[in-house]
Amino acid sequence: MFSYFIRRLLTAIPVMLVVALSVFLLLRLSPGDPATIIAGDMANPEQVANIRRALGLDEPILTQFLLWIGNLLQGDLGTSLISQTTVSSMIAQRLEPTVSLALAAILITVLIAVPLGVIAAWRQGSWIDNLVMSVSVVGFSVPVFVIAYLLIQVFAIELRWLPVQGFRGLDKGLGEFLSRLILPALTLSSVYIALIARMTRASMLEVLREDYIRTARAKGLSQRVVLFRHALRNAAVPILTVVGAGFAMMVSGVVVTESVFNIPGLGRLIVDAVLARDYPVIQALILLTAGLYVVINLLIDLSYAITDPRIRY
Amino acid sequence: MSQTPYSPLSGARTLPRLLSGISRKRPRGATLVAAIVLLLIVAMAIFAPWLTQHDPSEIAPAQRLQGMSAEHWLGTDAYGRDLFARVIYGAQVSLTVGVGVALATLLVGLPLGLLAGYFRSIDAVLMRFMDGLMAIPGILAAIAIVSLTSANLWTLMIAIMIPEIPQVVRLIRSQVLSIREEAYVEAAQLMGTPTLTIIWRHLMPNTLAPLIVQCTYICAAAILTEATLSFLGVGLSSETPTWGNIMADGRTFFQLKPSLIFWAGLLLSLCILSINLLGDAARDALDPKMQRREG
Repeated sequence: MFSYFIRRLLTAIPVMLVVALSVFLLLRLSPGDPATIIAGDMANPEQVANIRRALGLDEPILTQFLLWIGNLLQGDLGTSLISQTTVSSMIAQRLEPTVSLALAAILITVLIAVPLGVIAAWRQGSWIDNLVMSVSVVGFSVPVFVIAYLLIQVFAIELRWLPVQGFRGLDKGLGEFLSRLILPALTLSSVYIALIARMTRASMLEVLREDYIRTARAKGLSQRVVLFRHALRNAAVPILTVVGAGFAMMVSGVVVTESVFNIPGLGRLIVDAVLARDYPVIQALILLTAGLYVVINLLIDLSYAITDPRIRY
Repeated sequence: MSQTPYSPLSGARTLPRLLSGISRKRPRGATLVAAIVLLLIVAMAIFAPWLTQHDPSEIAPAQRLQGMSAEHWLGTDAYGRDLFARVIYGAQVSLTVGVGVALATLLVGLPLGLLAGYFRSIDAVLMRFMDGLMAIPGILAAIAIVSLTSANLWTLMIAIMIPEIPQVVRLIRSQVLSIREEAYVEAAQLMGTPTLTIIWRHLMPNTLAPLIVQCTYICAAAILTEATLSFLGVGLSSETPTWGNIMADGRTFFQLKPSLIFWAGLLLSLCILSINLLGDAARDALDPKMQRREG
């Protein structure tokens, strides 16, 4: 178990190196010299040269790469070309909206998708199964921003139950916070609901064929106990995998959702950074996202070993 | 589950498989409807100049935000441009990007996958690189690549294509890994058939069926990514009629006139949905094993 953990951790290193190298080259490939951008239009060549020296841009490319990696490992993500503040502080400012949005979406997904998947598997072939499966096909194909505007049209414009857009921090009161979070979170969870409901159903169908389910039924346990305590627990591992695999979808969803609902989070930060060609910010955000992705998949693989004693490495 | 390989992204591998089985029990009619819808959209893209007299980019401030009329079938947008013309010309961009990215991914991914599957030495290096690429969410990679240059159709397609490559390479590689152990491949090796001939004549054809299926899903994904990039304002320039641009333009006056967003959103969703459903149908038709297991 422990040696598996170490081996697994080691495989993450080359992946992160490849990511770091790609992201580093991205800045190198970018047209325009960062020093010129920072110096501004009014600078003379001497000032530009000074900035270049200060940034280490006159060093050989390999030295620059190593320097950059060294800084990263010390937690220095770089400085924005536009606002001149550190990227870490920019990220810290934008963290709350994105984390609230993601957590709310995951909560909604689990509350809706898992019961739907369980019921669809339990009543396989019934109208409710067909309905769940059809809705999930649509959920995969309708773009997040289309869903967002449908929700806004119905709940914010026609019914006037919720605000159209914006974000309020938790410190402004729970009501304000939640009323502005519900629509974005529903939007973001739409793709995830389709994914998790499908996976729950498929995984449950497999488990429901097992002998121990028959035994549990034969013992006279109630349907609810059989489904949720015996079957769902064993079906949980594949469902967990999908949570990790769906991470890329989640990232894309966050970027779009924050843009539609005008939420000042990390997704907006990267779009703004791209529009302003603020490469250090772009680099840092991509690197962090990829790092998070690798860590999530690492944790999921480890959780297999912990939750399922049949898995031995 | 018991032989979960310890790859850094073993979870990521299940996603294409999952997405590829979007509807298991699909009514037969759905495939037919999907085919018809897609044909209509393709026809709309090809015959766009004959379907409308309006130029999709022609600005007419005096006629802004008009309702539906005989002159402007779907009304006009905030710049007085004909919405119907913009929506049907938008199909051109979406389909070009979808088909272009799918073909380009195939052309790049197929040789890489064949090489990785056949040569152990290439495999180790190439697949670590692919793992790294896969760790960057596609939309972020595409956004970043687009940010390097001004977005035109070519850079946009390359930006969308690069994150899709690892999936194709993985798919081809896994196919090759299982086929290369077959007796006929061994026989060809013993007879002294040149390696490249073995790869091209004996291995490549066996990878085509799953590859075609994968390409339909990539086509749908590329259309979605292009629309997303346009919508975020980092895609093609906003004069170009794309479904994403139309929706982005419509945002300001959305509350006043929802149809500015509605039609483009509807066509975009229908287009992606039909391609996904046709991909499922192709998978069932090309993969008898899959059909037996699921049917």
